[in-house]
Amino acid sequence: MNSRIFHIAANTFREAVRDRVLYNLIAFALLLSAAAILVGQISIDIERLVVVNLGLSAVSLFGIVIAIFIGIGLVSKEIDKRTLYTVLSRPVRRWEFIVGKFFGLTGTLVVNTVCMGIGVFAALLYVSHKFQHSDTSILVALYFIVLQFVIICALALLFSTFSSPLLSAVFAFSLFVIGSFAEDLKGFAAMSQGFTRVVTVAASYLVPNFSALNVIRSVAHEHPVPWSLVAYNTIYAVVYSAMALCGAVLIFERRNLK
Amino acid sequence: MAAIEVINLEKTYAVGFWRKRPRVALRPLNLAVNEGEVFGFLGPNGAGKTTTLKLLMGLVYPTGGSARILGMEISDPRVKAQIGFLPEQPYFYDYLTARELLAYYAHLSGVPAKECSSRIENVLKLVGLPDAANVQLRKFSKGMLQRVGIAQAVLHDPKVVFLDEPMSGLDPMGRREVRDLMAQLKQQGKTVFFSTHILADAEALCDRVAIIHQGELRGVGAVADLTSSVQGKIELVWAGNAVPASMKSLSSECHVTGDTVRAVLPENQQDAALEALRREHLKLISLVPVRTSLEQYFVEKLKRVEQSAGGKA
Repeated sequence: MNSRIFHIAANTFREAVRDRVLYNLIAFALLLSAAAILVGQISIDIERLVVVNLGLSAVSLFGIVIAIFIGIGLVSKEIDKRTLYTVLSRPVRRWEFIVGKFFGLTGTLVVNTVCMGIGVFAALLYVSHKFQHSDTSILVALYFIVLQFVIICALALLFSTFSSPLLSAVFAFSLFVIGSFAEDLKGFAAMSQGFTRVVTVAASYLVPNFSALNVIRSVAHEHPVPWSLVAYNTIYAVVYSAMALCGAVLIFERRNLK
Repeated sequence: MAAIEVINLEKTYAVGFWRKRPRVALRPLNLAVNEGEVFGFLGPNGAGKTTTLKLLMGLVYPTGGSARILGMEISDPRVKAQIGFLPEQPYFYDYLTARELLAYYAHLSGVPAKECSSRIENVLKLVGLPDAANVQLRKFSKGMLQRVGIAQAVLHDPKVVFLDEPMSGLDPMGRREVRDLMAQLKQQGKTVFFSTHILADAEALCDRVAIIHQGELRGVGAVADLTSSVQGKIELVWAGNAVPASMKSLSSECHVTGDTVRAVLPENQQDAALEALRREHLKLISLVPVRTSLEQYFVEKLKRVEQSAGGKA
């Protein structure tokens, strides 16, 4: 990574920390502690299932909210507040700014997810009193959640380059919801005919496939995640977010900063 | 070599949501600023000053024309290492301290890591903020932010400094400090290009000025040359408590104060006015030329433009 991208990313991370974004960890810790104590009292033999399900879903939800609400303002806020002027009047290329912002937000979410992941394992230890071999698949589920964040960050950044924060939030959240049902969309496409089929097939490939990245249920039931899926999802997330970032760069390169 | 060369640079925005219509922000502009010069870019609000600066900084793209800074096209990334820019009413990352902000900009400008801290200390001293170095910018006053803005513009020792309304929001002391700072930059051999609508600042600082109005260049030159093109005036004071009719016909600006009368009239009326006083047996007290200010030139220039526009209409 070139040094300018690194410094822009580091500054984006610092902004998130100083704007108390990581305070969400407190809410997460409280939620998980309360859930672990409650689950320990009311569940028999399914404590692990409930804690993994609840913990990973909370990690995903908290992260998605942060990714969307910070991502949508990454560029538009800099233009509105004119902080961008003093950055782009230096030897910083516009694509470096976009890529730096992306890595900064992704880094924030990775740190956030690592802290939450530790919380999930702590809650699991509290209710099960020991770890078992199948718990390693929780790490894979956390990794897939991070991949979801990477895609959402890239999409939020893309929308941020050409629309208002409110519209960007609507676009990003809609894509997240539709993407969570991407497999259903593919099923619908397979059943439809004619023009509807063309549209639904195109849409099913265009929207990010978040359902393939969601293995929370199978991990909670201690089903192993195949390595081929890990490889496929990694490549998919990298390619999809790279394309979204390219779109963001192409739009931002042409934009007049009025 | 000219430090800044602007050749037919123009900008038209498309405004409106459904039916886009063009709005001319800058008509073809030609300008050359010499190295080591303090150049004032003057014009009323909305004249096109900030658009020109944004075009030169690569923040907006021109509709036509081109510009070169230190012989390099403005699209050349190398040029950015040689320039410093203070935007109008700057706003910075307010979660950072002044020192952190300057360190961030130093890294982006490619200042070598080992020189960073000494450069930051120097510019903080230069703008009078060494004691506020570790204070978050959200606690800074407008004047302090303006100083940080100037500090970041000169931090990497650029050859050409662009300042957009550098005196705006400053108290008289702050304005004086910025003036001193600009004089210091000139002494260091830097080219300073600054926009302002405060003519006294331009008159005090600039080697040359350009006047822009409604996106069009109206005049360029040294302050003395521009002001000499305006017809000179004289101030005449004599003893008396009334204005004779012959003087009233020569000057519309006559004021009686106690036992003296003061009149301001065009320089070419001087002989006629003296003759009138002699005829009336009035005692002359003083006759002094009135120095033409840049403001007068500015007002007259814009008035002429508006008159000709009205005439055409």
